[in-house]
Amino acid sequence: MREKTTSKDAKKGLMVRPIKDGTVIDHIPPGKGIKIAEMLNIFHQDSVVIIGQNLESTKYGKKDLIKVENKYLRSDEYNKISLIAPNATINIIKDYSIQEKKKVVVPDVLEDVAACINANCISNKEPVPSRMYTVSRAPLILVCHYCNFECKENLIRLKT
Amino acid sequence: MNFLNRDVVSIKDFTKDEFEHIFKTAEKMEERGYDSALLRGKKVGLLFYEPSTRTRMSFDAAAHALGAETIWFAGVEGTSVMKGETLKDTIETVANYVDLIVMRHPFDGSARWAADVTTNRAKRGHKKVPIINGGDGKNEHPTQTMLDLYSIRKTQGRIDGLAVAMVGDLKYGRTVHSLSYALSLYNCKLMYVAPDPLQIPEHVEAFLKRKNIDYFKHSKIEDIISIADVIYMTRIQKERFPDENEYNKVKGIFKINRALLSRAKPTTRLMHPLPRVDEISVDCDEDPRAYYFEQAGNGVPVRAALLSLIMGAIE
Repeated sequence: MREKTTSKDAKKGLMVRPIKDGTVIDHIPPGKGIKIAEMLNIFHQDSVVIIGQNLESTKYGKKDLIKVENKYLRSDEYNKISLIAPNATINIIKDYSIQEKKKVVVPDVLEDVAACINANCISNKEPVPSRMYTVSRAPLILVCHYCNFECKENLIRLKT
Repeated sequence: MNFLNRDVVSIKDFTKDEFEHIFKTAEKMEERGYDSALLRGKKVGLLFYEPSTRTRMSFDAAAHALGAETIWFAGVEGTSVMKGETLKDTIETVANYVDLIVMRHPFDGSARWAADVTTNRAKRGHKKVPIINGGDGKNEHPTQTMLDLYSIRKTQGRIDGLAVAMVGDLKYGRTVHSLSYALSLYNCKLMYVAPDPLQIPEHVEAFLKRKNIDYFKHSKIEDIISIADVIYMTRIQKERFPDENEYNKVKGIFKINRALLSRAKPTTRLMHPLPRVDEISVDCDEDPRAYYFEQAGNGVPVRAALLSLIMGAIE
């Protein structure tokens, strides 16, 4: 499948051009695109970065979208995206073609990805790697390995 | 059933059969006396970052009764913690000196982290030094719950199907949360007596609903006094109330005196994790239903049983 601006896109008036090699993150909830871009620290790279906000989506009504040239996600970045945008799709582009397309899935165990929201948790007091377990995906609920504190989707904080 | 080198971090890590094995071991020790050769040559580290009377002293008494030595600090004054040493570094160090560590620490989840540290150390070729949680912040205090269950079993002859009332600060009191989780294994009827702002928290209620446990909320001790088999009192902490007037309104309601206690069944036992302030009046101490000091005494056999099982002296 080619990664290009289709006539359907053109009709929608999208200004999102295809990229040669890199990653397209699609189906991001509106407003979360910038958060993901910041987390990926892609503003400080030389590569092409395209962020679309509030684009039309048949599935979700509106969506954000990110295209980054010459960037492939590490597993920790993939896991962080799953927490910000649990329905996102990741497309890996090589020579304008989609080589791989996968939906993000929140993993069962998150190692040093999300911070516990309990301020008195040892993982927030000392240099301790965070560890969270996914106890529910819809709604998303994580539980801290150390203090058993539950964290619901809207309160999840990424570890910086 | 394998207790060797096992960490005791959360009450939820234990099954009903495992509790029963601990209680039978403790019961035998009480009946037959403590074998002072059982843990000879073993060393137990007591790392108490926070104040404690009963937990530290009963672990100390249990270890000594079985012939083990204890190495300890009580309060961080005089330790490298004052110089900013992390918990990991303290545990890595003390694990060289002892066979087992009992720890009380102010941060939630510190016991799980300490257990991870000694597990990772064992992966590097050292012996595993098990961690017993003697209270981690406001999170858990599993050996308190074990001695609470043991006290209930000892006084009532069983735990299954009893009516247990918990009174006082049910929102913040870690002992009532852990006791609720443990009693859910025994099909008990649970009664929670507290002012609205201090009622049992949502996450405990959700747990009880998932487990299909009968539980009831009450606002007066009078509602439960004649039906409870066990009344488990806890202290209402003034500092939990945003407004002193609110505290003053409820503080008298959640006290028990001898006149009120006399309305309970003769077999009912009044328990408390202690320390008490004024929620149980001193005149109750002479009533045969008062059991809180014996309950604290049960800390020795229960902790002696745990030490013996975990250090492999008894299977």
